[in-house]
Amino acid sequence: MHKIQSFPEYQVPGAQHQDFSPYESNGGSIVAIAGEDYVVIAADTRLSSGYTIHTRKQNKLFQLSEKTVLGSTGCWCDTLALTSLVNARMQMYEHLHLKTMSTEAVAQMLSILMYNRRFFPYYVSNVLAGLDSEGKGVVYSYDPIGHCERTTYRAGGSAGTLLQPVLDNQIGGKDRDVKNKPKVPLEKAKEVAKDAFISAAERDIYTGDSVILKVITKDGITEEEVQLRKD
Amino acid sequence: MSIMAYNGGCLVAMRGKNCVAIATDHRFGIQAQTISTDFEKVFQVNPRTFLGLVGLQTDILTVHDRIMFRKKLYEDRENREMTPEPFSAMISNFLYEHRFGPYFIEPVIAGLHPKTLEPFICNMDLIGCPNKPDDFVVAGTCSEQLYGMCETLWKEDLEPAELSEVISQAIVSAFDRDAISGWGATVYIIEKDKITKKQIKTRMD
Repeated sequence: MHKIQSFPEYQVPGAQHQDFSPYESNGGSIVAIAGEDYVVIAADTRLSSGYTIHTRKQNKLFQLSEKTVLGSTGCWCDTLALTSLVNARMQMYEHLHLKTMSTEAVAQMLSILMYNRRFFPYYVSNVLAGLDSEGKGVVYSYDPIGHCERTTYRAGGSAGTLLQPVLDNQIGGKDRDVKNKPKVPLEKAKEVAKDAFISAAERDIYTGDSVILKVITKDGITEEEVQLRKD
Repeated sequence: MSIMAYNGGCLVAMRGKNCVAIATDHRFGIQAQTISTDFEKVFQVNPRTFLGLVGLQTDILTVHDRIMFRKKLYEDRENREMTPEPFSAMISNFLYEHRFGPYFIEPVIAGLHPKTLEPFICNMDLIGCPNKPDDFVVAGTCSEQLYGMCETLWKEDLEPAELSEVISQAIVSAFDRDAISGWGATVYIIEKDKITKKQIKTRMD
C-alpha cells in the first residue's frame, strides 16, 4: 500500500490497489488415535472459506503407503502442494532404495520438507497416522513450520482446540488418577472419533457435512463415512 | 494480547434435572505469571442464585460490588428476593450502560427460581448481550475447549450426582489445555433444598 502512496505521480483516480495475500484458511479438522496394533484417522469433508462452502465432499486424508495416511488441513492449495511433493519424494525413495518408506521415515521427511519453507511456510495443520516398523500404531503431529511430535492421539485443524481436551479425557486417561494408561480397544477409538466430530460440527462452522474415517491395521486399510450436520 | 485474557480464568454452567451447576477455576495471574491459586470467580448472591465473573480481575471486583449494590436496592424497595431472570436483566442493563467504555468481564448466572424452582442459566458478552440456552454456557480463556467438552459430555435431564461429574470432567479437561486457566476448581451444585460446594484437586501447572 505505502509503495503507491509514496509515488503520487503514478496514482490513477478511482484505481484501487490490492495487496497480494498468499494465505487462505479453508477449514477442516482431523482426529487420529493410535492403539497397540491399529491406528484410526478421521477428517471431515467440508472445504470452505469465510462463510462460503466450496464443497461438502473433499477428502482430506492422503494415503501415502500401505501403512501410512496423512491428514492435512489449513490452506488447501498448500496441502495440495505439500502432498504432491511428499508423493514425489516417496517415489524417489522407492526407486533409490527399492523399498517403501516406513512411517517413521515419512514423518521425519515431512518435518524436513516443511522446515525447508521456514520463512514462507506451508499454512497447514498436519497429522500423520500409521503403523511403525514393529507394527504398532503411531501418530505424528506437526506445526506449520515442521516441528514434529510422536504421540498416541491428536486433534488438529479448525476444531483442534475443541477436540483435544475431549481426547485427553476419553483416550488419554487424563480424567483419572492412575499411573498406567488404559489400553483403548479399536471399537472405542472409532466411537470417540465419530462422537468428537459430531460435537465439533455443532460449534465449529468450518467442520461438518461428513467425516471419513480410515482404520489402518496389518491386514490393510478400511474406510468408513459418517454423515454430520450440513448447516 | 486481549485485555480479556490478561488475568486468565474460566467459567461453565450447566442445566440438569431440577438442578443447575456452575464451576470455576482458581487461577489469578498477570499474563503468564501466576499470582494466586485461590481466586474464585463465583459468588453466591441469593440462596439459590450464583454469579460468576471472568475477565479482567479489577473489573470482576468492581462489577461484583456494583451489582450487589443494585441488587440490595432492588430487594429493599421490593421487599422480596431477586429471582435469577431479573437479576440477569439487571446485569445486562448495567453492562450496556457502559457500552462505549465497557467493563472487561463476561458474566455467567446460574440459579433456581425461588418459587417455581425452574433451573436458569445465562451468560453475556462484555456489553451485556444475554444468551439463555437450555443446555450449558461457557466463558473465559478456554471457552473453545469448554464447548468441545460440554458438547460431548452433556445430555438432557442429568441428575445432580451425574451433573456434578459431567461439569467437573468438562472444566478440568478443558483448562488442562489452557496455560492461563486452572490451578484447582470449585463446583457448585444447586438443588431445591441443598447447595453442594466441591473443591477439585487438579494438576498445578
